[in-house]
Amino acid sequence: MASTNYLEFENVSKHFGSIRAVDRVSLSIAKGEFFSLLGPSGCGKTTLLRILAGFENPNTGRVILNGRDITDLPPHQRRVNTIFQSYALFPHLTVRENIAFGLRIEKRLKKEIDTEVDRMLALVQMEDQAHKYPDILSGGQKQRVAIARALIKKPEVLLLDEPLAALDLKLRQRMLMELDLIHDEVGITFLYVTHDQGEAMSLSDHIAVMNLGIIEQIGTPAEIYEAPRSSFVAAFIGDTNFFEGKVTDIVGHEYSRLTIDGFPDVLCFNDKHISAGNPVFLSIRPEKFHISRDAPPNSNKRNIMRGLVEDVIYQGLLTKFWVRVQEYRLSIVQQHSRFLLDEKPIRWNEEVWISWHADDSFMLERYSESDEQLVSLPPENIGDVNGEAATPE
Amino acid sequence: MKRSRAPLVVTIAVLIFFYLPILILVINSFNASRFSSTWGGWTLAWYARLWHEGEIWHAMQNSLIIAVSASAVSVVIGTLAAFALHRFDTRLQKTQYLLIYTPLVIPELLMGLSLLLFFVAIGMNLGLLTIFFAHVTFCISYVAMVVLGRLQDFDFSIIEAAQDLGANWWTAAVRVLLPLLAPGIIAGGLLAFTLSIDDFVITFFVAGPGSTTLPIRIYSMIKFGAPPLINALSTILLVVTFLAVWISQHLTEEKR
Repeated sequence: MASTNYLEFENVSKHFGSIRAVDRVSLSIAKGEFFSLLGPSGCGKTTLLRILAGFENPNTGRVILNGRDITDLPPHQRRVNTIFQSYALFPHLTVRENIAFGLRIEKRLKKEIDTEVDRMLALVQMEDQAHKYPDILSGGQKQRVAIARALIKKPEVLLLDEPLAALDLKLRQRMLMELDLIHDEVGITFLYVTHDQGEAMSLSDHIAVMNLGIIEQIGTPAEIYEAPRSSFVAAFIGDTNFFEGKVTDIVGHEYSRLTIDGFPDVLCFNDKHISAGNPVFLSIRPEKFHISRDAPPNSNKRNIMRGLVEDVIYQGLLTKFWVRVQEYRLSIVQQHSRFLLDEKPIRWNEEVWISWHADDSFMLERYSESDEQLVSLPPENIGDVNGEAATPE
Repeated sequence: MKRSRAPLVVTIAVLIFFYLPILILVINSFNASRFSSTWGGWTLAWYARLWHEGEIWHAMQNSLIIAVSASAVSVVIGTLAAFALHRFDTRLQKTQYLLIYTPLVIPELLMGLSLLLFFVAIGMNLGLLTIFFAHVTFCISYVAMVVLGRLQDFDFSIIEAAQDLGANWWTAAVRVLLPLLAPGIIAGGLLAFTLSIDDFVITFFVAGPGSTTLPIRIYSMIKFGAPPLINALSTILLVVTFLAVWISQHLTEEKR
C-alpha cells in the first residue's frame, strides 16, 4: 500500500437547487483499498460517486486521483470505471463485445483485445456465455459481465454503485464473496456505494458513513460498530438501545454516572470526557446485555438491574428478548452457548436479571438534527431504534 | 369441458370483413370483363395496359419523390424533436409537446386548407415543393411520436456506461444510442413513407398542375371510369407494400 491519499476529495459540494446533496466532503482513500460509502438513500453517496466518475460537476472542491486533479475532466478521460446499479450492459452487443467495448474505443489491435477479453471472461467465469446477448443472462451473470467490462480498462479506481441491490439474497451473498476475491486478485482500489451495512461491513477496509450530504464517520468496520461517533452512526450500523440522560458524576478518570428519566442510574465508559451536567445519549447494543434468572456476581463496573420479559423471539442461532425496565423496553440478544436441554429457557412474563459492563456502552453528545427524531419516539419504542427504523428508504 | 366455437367464428368473421374486399379487388384485376359484376375469364390485359399509361407512371414518380424526400427529412427533424422533448425540461415543454402532437389529431381538411391559404399568401407556386412541405409538416409528428416512445423506454445509463468506458459523447451516440434507436427511427420513417404515399386530402389542396400524385390520379381515373386499371394498379401497390413490410420485419428480427 502506497500513500494513504491515492484518491482525495477536497471540500467537495454539490447542490441540486436548494438541496445540498454533498456538503463539503473531504475524504482520502489509500491505493488498493476496499472503501465503502454507506448511508441511507438520499445521503449523497451516489452523487459523490458520480462526481468521481465525471457525470456530475461539483459546485466547489477538487477531486485528486493519483496526484492529478481530475475535477474538470469529462468521464471518458478519467481512469475510473463504474459498475452501474442496473448493470447498463449494451443490449445490442454480445457478452464478448460488451467486455471488448472499452478496448475497441481505444482502437487497440484485435489480437490484443481478444487476449484481454479471454482473460476477463476467465476471471468472471463466463467463458461459455461469451456469445450470448445480455437479455438472456441471469442477474448474477449480468453482474459478472459488468465487472469484466469495467476491469478490462485497468482503472485506477473501480466504482461500484449498489451493485448487489438487484440480486436476491442467496446470490447477493455469493457475489459478495466473489467481489472480495476479485478485489484481492486484481489489487485495484474499489469504491463501493451501498445502503446495506452488512455488505459494507463484510467487504470494506474502511467505511465512510454518510447522512444528509455529510460524512458522519470514517473508520474500519469494527471502529464504526464499536465506537460510533454520532447517534446516527450508532443507529444506522446494527441495532442499538438509546437512552436520553444527563451526566451527574465523573467516576475515576474514565467513567461517568448518568441519570435517565424512567430508568435506573447507569455507569458508563466516558472516553469523550463529557463533563457533569451535560445531556447525552447512551447507546447499548442488544448483544452486550447479559440476561439470567439468577443474580449475576456483583462487580463495580457492571450495571445490574431487574426486568420483566415481555417478549421472546427464538431465531435458532439467537434469541431476542424484549425486557421492560421501568419505562424502557430493552432489545436484548443472546447467543445460545448451551443446549436447551441443560437449561430451562427464559420465558415470557418472567422476572430476570440483566447486566452489562460499563465498557460495553457508549455515550454520544447530542448534536445532529436527526437526534430529535430519536428522542421524540414514544417510550414504547425507545429501546428499539435500529437501522431500518431510523432510515426512511 | 367443450370448447366454445365463438372465438373461431368471430376471428373468421373479422378476417373476412378485413380482407374480402381486398381479395375481390385482386381477383378483379385479372378479370377480363370490364365490369366487376361479371366474370369474363382470367387475363393480364389490364396489367399490360397499365404499362402504357404514361400519366400513371408520372404520378407514381411524383408520389415516390415526395414520399422518399418527405420521410427522409421528417425522420431527421422528427428524431431531433423527440430528443428535445425527452431530454430537456423547460417550462415550454408541455406547449412544445402539444404543438408536435396536434397535427396527429387535427382534421386533414383543416390542415390542407390552412396550408393552401398559407402558400397562396406567401405567393408560392403550387407544385411538388408545396406537397413536399405539407407532407413534412405532418410526417414530423408521426416520426417524433414513434421515436419518443422508444426514448421513454431507453435506459440512458448505458450512454453513461459507454462514456465511462472511454467513449466521448459522439462515439457513444453512434455506437450505442443510434443502433438501439434504429428500429424506432426506421419504423417512424416507414410510417411517414406510407402516410405520405397515400395521402389524398392534404395533397389535393396543395397540388398544382403537373404535380399530380398517385392517389389523386387514381381518384380522377375513377371519375372517368377505368376500374379494372385501378384494380391492377392497386394490386401492384399491395404487393410492393407487403414486400416492404416483410423486409423491414425481417431486418429488425436479424438485429435481435
